[in-house]
Amino acid sequence: MSGFSFLRPPRAALLRCAPAVPAGAVCGCGVVHATPVRIGRRAVLGALAAGTVLGSLPSPLRAAVPAGPLERPDVTIGFVPISCAAPLIMAEAQGFFTQEGLRVQLQKTANWALVRDRLLDGHLDASHLLSPMPLALSLGLGGNAPHAVRVASMQNLNGQAITLALRHHDRRDPRQWKGMTFAIPFEFSMHNLLLRAYLARHGLDPDHDVTLRVTAPPDMVANLRAGNIDGFLGPEPFNQRAVIEEVGFVHILTAEIWDGHPCCAFGMTAAFMDANPNTAAALQRAMIRAADFMQQPDNRAQAARIMAQPRYLNQPELVIRQSLTGHYADGLGVVRDNPRRAAYSPYPYPSMAVWIMSQFERWGYLKGPVDYRDVAQQVFLIDAVRQQAQAMNLPPPADGGDNWPSFTIMGQHFDPDHPSFFNQG
Amino acid sequence: MISVESRRAFFLFLALFAGLLLVWQLSTASAPPRSPYGIPQGNAEYQMLMGHAPGTTQTREGFPGPARFAASALQALHAPFHNNGPSDRGIGWQVGASLLRVAIGYGLAVVVAVPFGFLIGLHPVIRRAVDPFIQILRPISPLAWMPLALYTIRNAEGCGIFVIFICSLWPIVLNTAFGVGSVRREWLNVARTLEVSWTRRILFVLLPAAAPTIITGMRIGLGIAWLAIVAAEMLVGSSGIGYFVWNQWNNLSLSNVLLAVLLIGFTGMVLDGALAALQRSVTYAE
Repeated sequence: MSGFSFLRPPRAALLRCAPAVPAGAVCGCGVVHATPVRIGRRAVLGALAAGTVLGSLPSPLRAAVPAGPLERPDVTIGFVPISCAAPLIMAEAQGFFTQEGLRVQLQKTANWALVRDRLLDGHLDASHLLSPMPLALSLGLGGNAPHAVRVASMQNLNGQAITLALRHHDRRDPRQWKGMTFAIPFEFSMHNLLLRAYLARHGLDPDHDVTLRVTAPPDMVANLRAGNIDGFLGPEPFNQRAVIEEVGFVHILTAEIWDGHPCCAFGMTAAFMDANPNTAAALQRAMIRAADFMQQPDNRAQAARIMAQPRYLNQPELVIRQSLTGHYADGLGVVRDNPRRAAYSPYPYPSMAVWIMSQFERWGYLKGPVDYRDVAQQVFLIDAVRQQAQAMNLPPPADGGDNWPSFTIMGQHFDPDHPSFFNQG
Repeated sequence: MISVESRRAFFLFLALFAGLLLVWQLSTASAPPRSPYGIPQGNAEYQMLMGHAPGTTQTREGFPGPARFAASALQALHAPFHNNGPSDRGIGWQVGASLLRVAIGYGLAVVVAVPFGFLIGLHPVIRRAVDPFIQILRPISPLAWMPLALYTIRNAEGCGIFVIFICSLWPIVLNTAFGVGSVRREWLNVARTLEVSWTRRILFVLLPAAAPTIITGMRIGLGIAWLAIVAAEMLVGSSGIGYFVWNQWNNLSLSNVLLAVLLIGFTGMVLDGALAALQRSVTYAE
């Protein structure tokens, strides 16, 4: 565990926080905690595993809700032109950044490897990320040296799908998919992890029974047309685009695999957040407001119109609208409705991070013991999001203040306390 | 007076062009059969969501025929310099951005390659010593340099320029060395007999004598630079004609991709034409 000491906040900052603070009281760290700082059974167990009780305290508490002058009003933020970027795009279009005094330049970026490189080299101050990326970067997976990257807020939940080529319209049982080739957008993506979990749940070995190919989303549609791939688990609006191009059909929405799964995150490097705490907090507030805006069903059609512009997604509005509203043509002659097709919530639950890391380990991306809980708390800054949202008078999420909710994935229960990945999702 | 031959060539060109258009038209005219595999057509609302309802914009593009291509090309070229922020600029800006990158990267390559070529052209020992390096570095594709450049330079703009520099460098070096090395001995001997200083010898004997070969190298280098920039911008660009191709491909908009492809070819032709004119002005008859 000591190998991940870089993930821990400075000890001095933590020592100031009393181990148990009632809600609303001013803690020693100078912060009014929205919820009591619970050191419950799980936290203590996790901390014991980490070797220190103090080390397990959530890091964001030290810098919660700073509201001083902005260190850097001019901020460059990267995004990849997919529907997951909706909160980022709407934060610009609706003026949520300007409300915070930020002058934001959104930079459309061609692929995830480039997003990673530009975030780490400082050309991007903050960016749209796939939610497994900050964990992979912080753990130093994929041949990179570890770089501490934080999830300042979750951008979206659900909103992906498995699309199959039309010629497979009568092969809906995944057990028939042996030998097929599927495209995914990036290795450290929810797309890869969800597709693997889905295939494994149906008895296929994703490493040997099928071929998974990293492919840019527009190339997914083109390759589906050309017959080079049999399907993909890709971001919207490309699933709907494949339907409208009449080359594929929506086999299953990821909302139907794991309702409420995280997809894309909004992240910054820990170095940027530490050097610019007020700017980081202002960005976080704008993104929380944008997630709230996107979660309102009435705003989805307007969002589709704005996102269709060339400077954002550069896609037909008809396509984006169906992926945002969940009222869609499935490619097999049926109009379907699933209002949960796309969902937006800014809360990065560390238990989501535990699932992601357990899958990293399951598929061999992560070797060696890692304290999931410790890393999850360092990277997924849920307490800061909670405090900001409360200060903005937004209704609290219906989680009873629990940062470690369990999930139901394809009918199976995932308990973050016991992330035994072999029989999970 | 136009010669018979060039008139014939012109008519042959027109015939080829018309034939090309005809093949294009015929191969794109037949729409693919709707509803393959017996998939049901769905109700009216399904048709509307699929973009087939009357009054909705056609979203499914397929490969454009000549007429549809012409319409969308006119639209794109109508306002080539519109500017709605960094992610939505007209095609004129994009070509300009690419040309600027090429000008910097290629300019640097010329500045480095010509003196270096003189050095190894004049000194056979140095030439032999560096030849293995050049032969290994020369055939490397611009795309192969890209990850290395991204990792070490850590700057997208710098990467694009580096890739152009490194790809256009070698043909200029080799041609300069060859040109300088094959200047006629007699001319150099005459210069030596007249006790001409070495700067004057380089500027007034070697340079004019080797100029046609050097410019041949520069033409090859510029062609490679223009090839490299499009690939580089598709990977890392946030502007430029390569970025335009990527952005239109993202929308599966083949008309605009095709327009960009033609524009890339046209710009490359103009660049090459400029250097060809330069070459004619320095060519001499012995």
